[in-house]
Amino acid sequence: MSQPDEERRRAGANGRYDVPLDVAGSDAEPARCNGRHPAPEAAPVPDAGTAPAADPPGGAAEPGPRDPAVPDGPGDVWDRRVASGLAFLRRRFSGDYQVDEFGFDPELTGSVFHPLLRLLYRDWFRTEVTGLEHVPSDGSGLVVGNHSGTVALDALILSAALHDQHPAHRYLRLLGADLVFRMPVVSEIARKTGGTVACNPDAERLLGSGELVGVFPEGFKGIGKLYSDRYKLQRFGRGGFVSAALRTGTPIVPVAIVGGEEIYPMLADIKPLARLLKLPYFPVTPTFPWLGPLGMVPLPSKWLIEFCPPIPTAHLTDSADDPLVVFNLADQVRETIQQTLHTLLERRPDPFGP
Amino acid sequence: MTPGGTPGAPGVVVVTGTGRYLGAHVAARLAADPRIERVIGVDPAAPNPELAGLLDGVERIRIDLGSLGGLLADLDVDAVVHLALVTAPDPQQGGRSAMKEQNVIGTMQLLAACQRAPRLRKLVVRSSTAAYGASFRDPAVFTEETEPREVPRGGFGRDILDIEGYVRGFRRRRPDVTATVLRFAPFIGSTADTTLTRYFSQPFVPTVFGRDPRLQFVHFDDALEVLHRSVAEDHPGTFNVAGPGVLALSQAIRRAGRVGVPVLEPGLSGAAALARNLGFGRYGLDQVDLFVHGRVVDTSALEREYGFTPRSTVAAFDDFIRAHQGGVVVTRRQLAAAERAVLDGIRQVRAAVREQP
Repeated sequence: MSQPDEERRRAGANGRYDVPLDVAGSDAEPARCNGRHPAPEAAPVPDAGTAPAADPPGGAAEPGPRDPAVPDGPGDVWDRRVASGLAFLRRRFSGDYQVDEFGFDPELTGSVFHPLLRLLYRDWFRTEVTGLEHVPSDGSGLVVGNHSGTVALDALILSAALHDQHPAHRYLRLLGADLVFRMPVVSEIARKTGGTVACNPDAERLLGSGELVGVFPEGFKGIGKLYSDRYKLQRFGRGGFVSAALRTGTPIVPVAIVGGEEIYPMLADIKPLARLLKLPYFPVTPTFPWLGPLGMVPLPSKWLIEFCPPIPTAHLTDSADDPLVVFNLADQVRETIQQTLHTLLERRPDPFGP
Repeated sequence: MTPGGTPGAPGVVVVTGTGRYLGAHVAARLAADPRIERVIGVDPAAPNPELAGLLDGVERIRIDLGSLGGLLADLDVDAVVHLALVTAPDPQQGGRSAMKEQNVIGTMQLLAACQRAPRLRKLVVRSSTAAYGASFRDPAVFTEETEPREVPRGGFGRDILDIEGYVRGFRRRRPDVTATVLRFAPFIGSTADTTLTRYFSQPFVPTVFGRDPRLQFVHFDDALEVLHRSVAEDHPGTFNVAGPGVLALSQAIRRAGRVGVPVLEPGLSGAAALARNLGFGRYGLDQVDLFVHGRVVDTSALEREYGFTPRSTVAAFDDFIRAHQGGVVVTRRQLAAAERAVLDGIRQVRAAVREQP
């Protein structure tokens, strides 16, 4: 393999996300080049002429179970991929993996769910993430965001983007509404990707064991709001997330997510139908339910995610039950997110821009 | 040995439910402990023939729990270990009503007798993690302080709540007695025979579609160890007893080499009841709820108090698998061979393609 080839390959592997990690300031122009694929990570069958030519076809005559029929060339990316894929399947089928007490399955999340979400957040939504230095690299942190988009895709995008782009590749443990855990299949995907029911015992247990927890205090009020109310933060409930952070002395990292509101713009809410189906709302968007399953395709809006400076709480551990402290902190978080949303929206004049 | 035995260890111990697997093993283990003078096994029924051999060192009395009052006083009993619980209704022995009679009324009668026993200073009650119920809003991990969100649908869960309620009342009335309540996760091990071990030993295992509950088990030998220590030492309070760690149901089925067969959730409760009435298996609402919600408990209180950590859920389950190789459908070796074969096949095809031009 020639020297320039090798260099290009390495650059390709490192530059998997051509969205720059350090986008200048929050007032900078959004990057224009993201969303385009970089050069493929490696040629499908690199150096077909050189590497395997050395071994004669007769070598494959007696394929024992231990010695491979075809010795894998050192540069044979596809061979390694096939082998690791098969090993992954074997581990899955023999139950040879670890699940934590919340049901989180890091192997499945890393190899199946995050690659799918990566397509969505990187190529479809062209997401730009800023302020990652505000997310702690180790120890607990409570990431509090605005919720939007009729379907809670923003939570998934946030966790995938954070894991991919944060230098410590941290998993975000999401807290979900109990409706999520009531539904079959959905509940199990939520648990396997690290989610759990939004309740204080679980939040405090996760924070106490040094995890990064993601919470959306608006809940259904946030995702179920009409398009005309976009980027207006809803009520933050009782501030249970603040008392969980206070009790464990965890810093709160507010995060503003722009782009989620446009993926399924909700024009109306058919309340009787929602009541009939026992859902919090029944959305009507420009494409749903008119186009049937096609209406489930999210519109390709431009996403910006900004993490704000953490709010320390270690000095307030004694005031976890003081409603005044809790409400003030919740308000402070809410204000921070709302202001950051406004600045991000100024950076993105066209919701469907590049 | 002085009357009353060594400090902490009681002299005369009554074990209920010695006609069953757990009771017989606990009684035999206590009888083998030199610190304990007398072990008296109480069960209205004669033990199974295979358990009778265990009970050589145990004095057996065949009375039901209602007539225990005089016995506890006459024999100067120091400790009572209450294990006579029925976990699933048995159609041959009166079904659910007999189960409730045994669990709830039996415990009431036993506690009434204990309350009047002047020398009694220790009570150990078998409970279950079913005490936490099952609901969608439950926290992922139950600590001993977690209250159930709603009354369980299953008979056993409701019985457990009643039993623990009576024990709370007993604690108030006899604060001098050291009362230990042990909430056991489902038992598993190479020899244990329970509803759940029978479930996992079938080649095709029914599961609930779209649900992959988190399960925890406790190895039978570890359960014996904890019960033994509860009698021989003083550990007042309520403790979760489970193997640390978690297995997802699908993962457990795969590790056991079985094949899961998903069944749709609506109508499952009815189907389980029907199957029970027809005499197939003994799956009740307790099992259905466990397989929808799963149940994981925190065992740090046990580890702190007893200085003992049961073997992990995974290790306990592996021990069970080793003893039940009969129903295996897919073995690990077959999977590894299949992996090799596919990999070799792909490599050969690719080599052949590369040779072509």
